[in-house]
Amino acid sequence: MALLEFRNVCASYGPIAALNDVSIVVETGEIVTLVGANGAGKSTLLMTIFGAPPCSGGKIYFEGQDISTLQTHEVSRLGIAQVPEGRRVFQSMTVEENLYMGTTPIGDRYLKEDLEKVYSLFPRLRDRRLQRSGTMSGGEQQMLAIGRALMMRPKLLLLDEPSLGLAPLIVNQIFSTIKDISKTGTTVFLVEQNANQALKIAHRGYVLVNGRIQLSGTGKELLGNADVRKAYLGE
Amino acid sequence: MDSHILIQQLANGLVLGSTYGLIAVGYTMVYGIIGMINFAHGDIYMVSAYLTALVLALLGASVSPVVALIVAFVLVVGLTAVFGFSIERIAYKPLRKSPRLAPLISAIGVSLILQNYVQITQGARNQAVPTLIPGGLEWNVGGGVVGITWVQVMIIIVSQLAMGALTWMISRTALGRACRATEQDPKMAAILGINTDRIIAIVFTLGAAMAAVAGVLVTLNYGSFDFSIGFVTGIKAFTAAVLGGIGSLPGAMIGGLLLGLSESLFSGFVNSDYKDVFAFSLLVLVLIFKPSGLLGRPQVEKV
Repeated sequence: MALLEFRNVCASYGPIAALNDVSIVVETGEIVTLVGANGAGKSTLLMTIFGAPPCSGGKIYFEGQDISTLQTHEVSRLGIAQVPEGRRVFQSMTVEENLYMGTTPIGDRYLKEDLEKVYSLFPRLRDRRLQRSGTMSGGEQQMLAIGRALMMRPKLLLLDEPSLGLAPLIVNQIFSTIKDISKTGTTVFLVEQNANQALKIAHRGYVLVNGRIQLSGTGKELLGNADVRKAYLGE
Repeated sequence: MDSHILIQQLANGLVLGSTYGLIAVGYTMVYGIIGMINFAHGDIYMVSAYLTALVLALLGASVSPVVALIVAFVLVVGLTAVFGFSIERIAYKPLRKSPRLAPLISAIGVSLILQNYVQITQGARNQAVPTLIPGGLEWNVGGGVVGITWVQVMIIIVSQLAMGALTWMISRTALGRACRATEQDPKMAAILGINTDRIIAIVFTLGAAMAAVAGVLVTLNYGSFDFSIGFVTGIKAFTAAVLGGIGSLPGAMIGGLLLGLSESLFSGFVNSDYKDVFAFSLLVLVLIFKPSGLLGRPQVEKV
């Protein structure tokens, strides 16, 4: 049984179709990536997991359970955390308060232990724990968004464009952290425009074009595919 | 300038401002979380005044004033909180996904219903409550007498306690963090597992409870009220919220105190007929130079 499965998912914003018959499988322990151009429907697909927008067709299964009818706030309780596009940290809260927010679905049982884990993963956050998160750099806010997601001990971590707008050095650091997180047993579903880096760390990948899955394969296969190289890697 | 008048009016302003602040908190919290002006909030305050009179009448002279006071506080604040919760559920929640104007119109509707319902069932005449706690403090200052009643002392202390408790709740507890998260980014809050509808209901309930604290205190202080006090006091408290920066909790408290103090100082030294003109002119002046209010954050368009 797959951990996460999109089965023939369709979604639209009003009359505009955003996703058309999308089927994706994410197995436990994998890093799966979805690459595609701006506007292909990548973020929409991640948000259908949270019912915003809801699937207008097809179903989404998590551990075999149909989750396509759940309300947004009910989803995280199953063990699904999202690092959203644009990070969306709570700007006027401190770093530590943002991390507390991540414990919402599981309560504060593991608070101390998990804070320690996040701080050792991102030492920069420890230095800034009482600073308002809105005053930090983009890279630091990205670390915070990932840390906040990890605070709920997710089975599945969804990341939406974690490299967006960050300096190359920070991007490398974020991708190597994603690999480390995966090694601790968390399944990762990564949505990226940065196809090169994403496909390098992913076990498998899918290519989304205009709301449809056009290609799929292992990370290596897709990296070697001539069409992918031409469309997303600038060759 | 007579120093005893100055001190007297400062004390009066502090009392008045405290009650404005308590009511302004409800406007500012609701605005912060769903961007709506709850025009029925003043009338919730008015209902709490009637509830106070009702509870005190039911208790009669059978219990000591202190017991009556405590029972009145618990019952009135509790009932008014339930009332605020119900109004949100019935009149605003169904309109959550409608255009912004819809809940605003609904709020004006609720306000009219409450005023007219109370007027019809309770009569248009002034209601009076007996003096529960008589007496106060008096001092001779510079050739005059400065007086403050025990009820006024209680208003200042209780409103500070209520504001302190609310501020602590919002800034230190998990529920308060959830409120702030919902205010800043409701969608992200929901993704993290916060039931934002529940948080919104809690904010309305808290706002109504704070207005009820003011309702009990003011009723005991003035001893009389009618169905229209919600409108007048509501407008003043709303002004206080805007003055302090709507959406900001400390702003509402400071705005309330500032408005109360300026009103009573103007009444004492210039002209009491024009005190409202002065209060609203002050608002206009502040908004010209600081459109987001004293402590408000400027609105930044989210991308």
